[in-house]
Amino acid sequence: MTDAQQVRPEELDGMSHLVSERALKGETMLLNMGPQHPSTHGVLRLLLELDGEIVVNCIPDIGFLHTGIEKTMESKIYIQSLVCTDRMDYLHSLGNNLCYSLAVEKLVGLDVPPRAQVLRVMLAELTRISSHLIWMGTSALDLAAMSVFLYGMRERELILDIFEMISGQRMMTSYIRPGGVWRDVPAEFEKAVRDFLDVMPRRLDEYESLLTKNALFLERTVGIGKISTEDCIRWGISGPIMRATGLPYDLRKMRPYSGYEQYDFNIPTHDGCDIYGRYLVRVQEVRESLKIIRQALDRLPYGPVRSNNRKFVPPPRSELGVSMESLIHHFKLWTEGFHAPAEGVYASVESPRGELGFYLEGDGGTKPRRAFYRGPSFANLQIMPILTRKHFVADVVGIIGSIDIVLGDTDR
Amino acid sequence: MDETLQAAATAIQERFGAEVHEYAGEINLIVAAEKNIEVLTALRDEFGFDFFIAGTAVDYWPQEQPRFHVLYMLYSMAHNLTLRLRVPLDGNAPSLRTAEGVFANANWYEREMYDMFGITFIGHSDLRRILMPKDWQGHPLRKDYPLGYEEVRFTFNYADVDRRKPLAKE
Repeated sequence: MTDAQQVRPEELDGMSHLVSERALKGETMLLNMGPQHPSTHGVLRLLLELDGEIVVNCIPDIGFLHTGIEKTMESKIYIQSLVCTDRMDYLHSLGNNLCYSLAVEKLVGLDVPPRAQVLRVMLAELTRISSHLIWMGTSALDLAAMSVFLYGMRERELILDIFEMISGQRMMTSYIRPGGVWRDVPAEFEKAVRDFLDVMPRRLDEYESLLTKNALFLERTVGIGKISTEDCIRWGISGPIMRATGLPYDLRKMRPYSGYEQYDFNIPTHDGCDIYGRYLVRVQEVRESLKIIRQALDRLPYGPVRSNNRKFVPPPRSELGVSMESLIHHFKLWTEGFHAPAEGVYASVESPRGELGFYLEGDGGTKPRRAFYRGPSFANLQIMPILTRKHFVADVVGIIGSIDIVLGDTDR
Repeated sequence: MDETLQAAATAIQERFGAEVHEYAGEINLIVAAEKNIEVLTALRDEFGFDFFIAGTAVDYWPQEQPRFHVLYMLYSMAHNLTLRLRVPLDGNAPSLRTAEGVFANANWYEREMYDMFGITFIGHSDLRRILMPKDWQGHPLRKDYPLGYEEVRFTFNYADVDRRKPLAKE
């Protein structure tokens, strides 16, 4: 089935119980949107049921990007599985590393030194900003505002340069690891982050001047794609969508991890419940993230960046030549891996899209029995029928943009 | 353990014969498969666990009884507490009543469990595969489902490996 094409009722392929009687009789139109569509942010297929130009129902169909990452993780040792986590939600790679690391640390009871904690917070917030910049650019592009996309990409580049500086990789960093981070940040890291902190607030004002009071943008966003707080709780929605209904639910405050309770920041909310509310919440979140990064940079302590527990964390390279014990640990950890108890733990972080969770269950051996990834996009995509109902078909793209889905996150 | 959580765990333990298991500060309630909906309803309505985080399953193959555990992860908005419900299921083709009526978003998680583990949810409104293509054979996250690569065959296990390769027979 190609992009935007009418679907006849007999072509529904086992989905006929999801559309209305009228569609089966041919009174309403069934239109296929995706999986190859520029506004679906990946390979998402939507089956739209239209009455004229009004959406009656919208049925998401996912799985086009399924790569079996959970199965892959179950066949690898704990240290190796880490590299799979970047590739799920590829716009939030360091946050995914963090979530997985938190789960492993909880499972085996591993400590994390203070310097690594602060670095983790800083990097998670930088990732949040870069993800929100992509979101702002692409969803504004969907609503025909081209320039925000170009500006957003420009600033994201600065963040990716910082990631490249610390890890050698721009997106799939694998930098945050169980027990700390891969290695210490280079000397020029602090200056790069400070430069970014200096330039970003001004740039954010620039974006806002393009969108926040733009009449065309308001026309396309205010009152579109509404959902209530009760529906959010009923459907397990978290993140900016829920905060745009006025409920300050944020895991960084509710279930703090990595020392978030020590930072002074606010949870932005909005009462609009619509696309515009989600936009304002996300823009404010970027400002709050900048605040957190500044505080983290000011308090960054000196010290080790990896746990000294050699049963779980490989020793530094410099020790291998002088210590037989280190060599044994290095060899054991990178070949056999460490053993984890046959217990299950769940760790969660606040991703730019909502609650990102990892359920990790060991089997007493060196590989996990179950690695389950609770992707926020997967949870949030379920409410597409509620959000799009009785809106124009042109608003569907704006609504998809406002949910901020990453298909790597839904399909895994 | 938090008092509210303790009260909820004790009440579920007494009323439904659940088993409580704690690890790393997380509470697991193990309940029988026949009572899953009653326990979920009680937790939602009486103890304020109104937010369904996720549902998933774990395969304990080659163990048969129970072979699967179905997991429901719940969160209480009012008390800021998390809880995990585990439902053991026996056999290779297990079925369980759907939790869709209690938590609306269980819909996709149960579809995922059906797709990945082959657990049938009775009364589910839309039990189709969600991630794999609809004509896919088998359930990939089961432990007896082979990984994609070719197993190395030696003289002593040639027949064994050949038997495990249903698609490469001809």
